[in-house]
Amino acid sequence: MVEVTEHSHRFMKYLRPERLPHLFCPGCGNGVVMNTIFNGLEMSGKSFDNLNMVSGIGCSSRIPGYVKCDSLHTTHGRALAFATGLKISNPHRDVIVVTGDGDASAIGGNHLIHAARRNIDLTVICINNDIYGMTGGQISPTSPKGSFATTAPYGATDKPFNIAQIARASGASYVAKYTTAQPLQLSMAIKDGLNNKGFSLIEAVSQCPTYYGRKNKIRTPVEMIKWFEENTIPIEQAESMSEEELEGKIVTGVYVNNPRTEFVEALDKIIKQQSDINPDDNIKKAYMSD
Amino acid sequence: MADEHYFLQGNEACALGAIAAGCRFFAGYPITPSTEIAEIMSQRLPKLGGHFVQMEDELSALGAIIGASWGGQKVVTATSGPGMSLMQENIGYATMTETPIVIINMQRGSPSTGQPTRSAQADMMQARWGSHGDYENITLAPASVQECFDYVIKAFNLAEEYRCPVLVLADEIVGHMREKVTIPEKVEIVPRKAPEKTDGVYLPYDAPEDGVSPMPAFGDGFNMHVTGLTHDKRGYPSTDDPQTHIDLVNRLCNKILSKRNEMAMIETEFLDDADTIVLAYGIPSRSALTAVKQARQKGQKVGYIKLGIVWPFPEETLLELTKNAKRIIVPELNLGQVFLEVDRVLGKHAKVELVSKIGGVLHTPKEILDKIMEE
Amino acid sequence: MRTEIRLGGFGGQGVLTCGIIIAKAAALHDGNHAVQTQSYGPEARGGASRTDVVLSDEVIDYPKVDNPEVFVAMSHEALMKYIGDIRENAILIVDPELVYEEEIQSIIKDKKLKYYKSSATKVAEDVIGKKIVSNIVMLGSFVKITGLISEEAAKKAILESVPKGTEDMNMEAFKQGMQIVEKIN
Repeated sequence: MVEVTEHSHRFMKYLRPERLPHLFCPGCGNGVVMNTIFNGLEMSGKSFDNLNMVSGIGCSSRIPGYVKCDSLHTTHGRALAFATGLKISNPHRDVIVVTGDGDASAIGGNHLIHAARRNIDLTVICINNDIYGMTGGQISPTSPKGSFATTAPYGATDKPFNIAQIARASGASYVAKYTTAQPLQLSMAIKDGLNNKGFSLIEAVSQCPTYYGRKNKIRTPVEMIKWFEENTIPIEQAESMSEEELEGKIVTGVYVNNPRTEFVEALDKIIKQQSDINPDDNIKKAYMSD
Repeated sequence: MADEHYFLQGNEACALGAIAAGCRFFAGYPITPSTEIAEIMSQRLPKLGGHFVQMEDELSALGAIIGASWGGQKVVTATSGPGMSLMQENIGYATMTETPIVIINMQRGSPSTGQPTRSAQADMMQARWGSHGDYENITLAPASVQECFDYVIKAFNLAEEYRCPVLVLADEIVGHMREKVTIPEKVEIVPRKAPEKTDGVYLPYDAPEDGVSPMPAFGDGFNMHVTGLTHDKRGYPSTDDPQTHIDLVNRLCNKILSKRNEMAMIETEFLDDADTIVLAYGIPSRSALTAVKQARQKGQKVGYIKLGIVWPFPEETLLELTKNAKRIIVPELNLGQVFLEVDRVLGKHAKVELVSKIGGVLHTPKEILDKIMEE
Repeated sequence: MRTEIRLGGFGGQGVLTCGIIIAKAAALHDGNHAVQTQSYGPEARGGASRTDVVLSDEVIDYPKVDNPEVFVAMSHEALMKYIGDIRENAILIVDPELVYEEEIQSIIKDKKLKYYKSSATKVAEDVIGKKIVSNIVMLGSFVKITGLISEEAAKKAILESVPKGTEDMNMEAFKQGMQIVEKIN
């Protein structure tokens, strides 16, 4: 049992102490990102009590289970579909979706592009560690070309996805990408994402020393963070670089910040045109007996 | 307002049944022959302050309705075989997390893309156990347009009573045919039960004797954690302890199975002296009833049983109803699915015979009559 | 008494609507029972389309039409495709402008059909000025010939089923249909 002392972490109040210790490996980036989520939430002025969390399957998707709020830990890849229903059913609540690179861009890729296209008001934190951690280190759609994994013993052959770029191209109204070496920027991006009324995706490039590091000879968390720092290119600088120059680089910054009509607001506009009924009157309709 | 009469298509009646049951959220994906349900919901729901979403596929359709159910809505989707296959993943999730949802499947010729505009009942076993794992849910089989309306309402009520996915398995014929429907002035609606606030530790999955706990909505202050992983009474993942899994899975199954006779919806005709009984569900039950009446005119001692709820299978009730029968005839629009269950349960005291038909065309009464007259 | 009715035409012509109106008139306004079914093809327009209606003064168990006692044909293709299982002594109503009559004489003879003609399409075009109401003209002929639904019920069902603003035109089409029936044998 972990003893919670009076010197406990300032974000401890948001966690379920009875569920600790967590299952993340030593040196995992999930802890850093979790901190940036709470930091961003506090900076945004949004109330923690108004927060719902949704996640899929994978290491990062376990985060909501440690947070003291209503949370849905769903099926692999489908977090955004569940979050879409949850958000529409009560649009006054803030919804954070926590997902990983495999969850969001492989099995859940279709849901990602469509949620972005709809511009539904969700804040997605995609923790990208370039590998499948939960299942033991398999290759992911974001794994750099030439990197190794248990299912890529001779090195990855494919061109990796840039998830932030996919979200931007699909119509997300706020997209940013930073690494765990940039926790303040990440926190700010999460703050801006929460305050954007629309689909926001913050890609947090994160370290998995246990699998990615071990398979790719970057053995310690510190080495991995250094590797991020050395390979990070600000998006403004990347614009003038060629595709070859950008191979293996992590392009960070704000990819898009372009608010536009939000999905549920658009639906509710139609409801206003078609009826005198306030959609809010239907909130928690299942509990009404008519 | 008195009862009102309409002349409707089965799909229309399904949509109106859902609305009458208090459903204000639909997420789905177009597929023949159920698409009219989505079309009507997209037209009607905004007029009621409700929401319709056309999702990117059936995987996400089911995800969205489960999400909205936890948001406090009564929810429905409609599909056919190919979409049903994609929904299996999250049917398992809804079963494990005890989320009330209603799924309407207008069955068509299959496997695979099969016959989009033809009828079948070949998804009956998928309805029972199409998702992985040991589980039980509830499946209704309407045979008329009136039953589309009535059974969909019933499905919503059962979903709330038992906190599980409820499937309405109709077929292309019922979905597309038109008949008179009486919409009553008032329908019976079962509202969702919310838990009481507690000062101590809230145990959302600490079910009472009947196995069904009240269900909070997100935002009610209960700080739920809902997971498809094996979970303890607090709702927290507990995947290593065998006993937690044993208790959970048994409770999920038993809350349904223990009520299989209580919830049964059985219609009977001419059973008193019957030594042969035609046991049917869904659209072939109408050919069956005609055949039974014709056989009676020929002096045959034939009876008729129609199952409104197919799963859970009302074993004890059927044993009692058929105890004097020597033959049970089961007409199905498949190669023999519910027949297997009938044979398992009733085959010890009666000879159970299948009248199988596939290809998309309903049994004629003569095809069933010929079987009755065989002995 | 149970009566099985089949209407065939080409897609988009309105035979489906015509079948729905017959069934609706019987079920909602004549106090009878009715079931309407249809055959769906993959194509949205064109091709042979058909709708079947069962009418009865008792509850209808078996909902399908196996051997029609009344067959209404508004295209040659549908007529040839769906007439095979027609009952002996059944009523056949055709739109002569849309059917090659010489090709159906043998069927009429073999099955001893009661043969009627209704130039619904021509009348819709020439008298009403709108080809699209040919189905309602045919409905008028159907009511006149078969008496299976009452005139009042048919009119009510038409008014409930047609787009707003077209009521008068459809009532006129129905009236014309009642008048143009030609009994052949």
